[in-house]
Amino acid sequence: MSLWIWLLMACAFAYAWKLVGYFVPAKLLENPRMSRVAGTMTIGLLASLTVVNAVASGQSLAADARLGALFAAAVALALRAPFLVVVVVGAATAAVLRMLGWN
Amino acid sequence: MKKLLSSPAVRVGLSISVATGLYGVSFGALSVTSGLDFWQTMALSLLLFSGGSQFAFIGVVGGGGSGIAAMSAATLLGMRNGIYGMQLNALLHPTGWRKYVAAQVTIDESTATSTGQTDPAEQRRGFWAAGLGIYVLWNLFTAVGALAGSGLGDPKQWGLDGAAVAAFLALLWPRLKGREPVAIAVVCAVATVVAVPFVPAGVPILVAAVVAAAIGWFSHGRSDEGMEPDVEPYREHHHRGAET
Repeated sequence: MSLWIWLLMACAFAYAWKLVGYFVPAKLLENPRMSRVAGTMTIGLLASLTVVNAVASGQSLAADARLGALFAAAVALALRAPFLVVVVVGAATAAVLRMLGWN
Repeated sequence: MKKLLSSPAVRVGLSISVATGLYGVSFGALSVTSGLDFWQTMALSLLLFSGGSQFAFIGVVGGGGSGIAAMSAATLLGMRNGIYGMQLNALLHPTGWRKYVAAQVTIDESTATSTGQTDPAEQRRGFWAAGLGIYVLWNLFTAVGALAGSGLGDPKQWGLDGAAVAAFLALLWPRLKGREPVAIAVVCAVATVVAVPFVPAGVPILVAAVVAAAIGWFSHGRSDEGMEPDVEPYREHHHRGAET
């Protein structure tokens, strides 16, 4: 139940961000710092989420099949594969590595 | 209808809708295997509706993080939509109830489709075609993925944890244009790894957010860094915001 509360709050905040843009005076847009922080934070958060999902399990670090998935996904992206193909490559790599005994 | 389909912005908007909507399948499947139920998954796609933030929410929950950490990560990632809102408001001047609908479909792809056009009427058509098109297809395919995902059994056997890693890297990839964004990504990745053993699950992501915000605040560089859509509507790269 408590997950629902955080989930709905996340939805409310997401809509609030979007709406704020339509109601603040355009002058704020001229402050490049705001949009720069939004941009660098986007990069930082996505990099962090990638790493957490690849090597963290709870509060410890692990080198398992997910690391293989990360590498395979990077290769697919370098070859300009579309999003969905990259995701499938990641899943297949992790599944195959596990089948071969690398957990 | 025929006239609408002959608009270049509408055609770009619809093709970006299909490309983006399709990967709603991966979101739906990963969400239910991260421990959310079908309706929680649908609530994220219907109400939150911002791919990066949605993946962040389920990524934190799936990694054992708390609800508040998941909400915080999703909310911080949503900040850029506020910047897009300002750009689009200056560009399209929506009025009345349209403002509230426009806000909900203000995301990377609808912004990129709109600002990639030069004619004001085309900018408007591109925004609505991409925004509404993605909204409908993203939700449709989220439902498909969630239903398929809940019948999968052990998600690890199918490598779905590997799929999550790949999804985040694919969201990050188009934003790594040039040396500086790569440096920011590396610094934040290192900060995350260092933080993992010391703080509860989910919090390392917020540590990285603080580091990234500090870099953005104190350094000087492109002001539209990191503001690239996951699926680029126009082939050639251009700096959005520069011409508006």
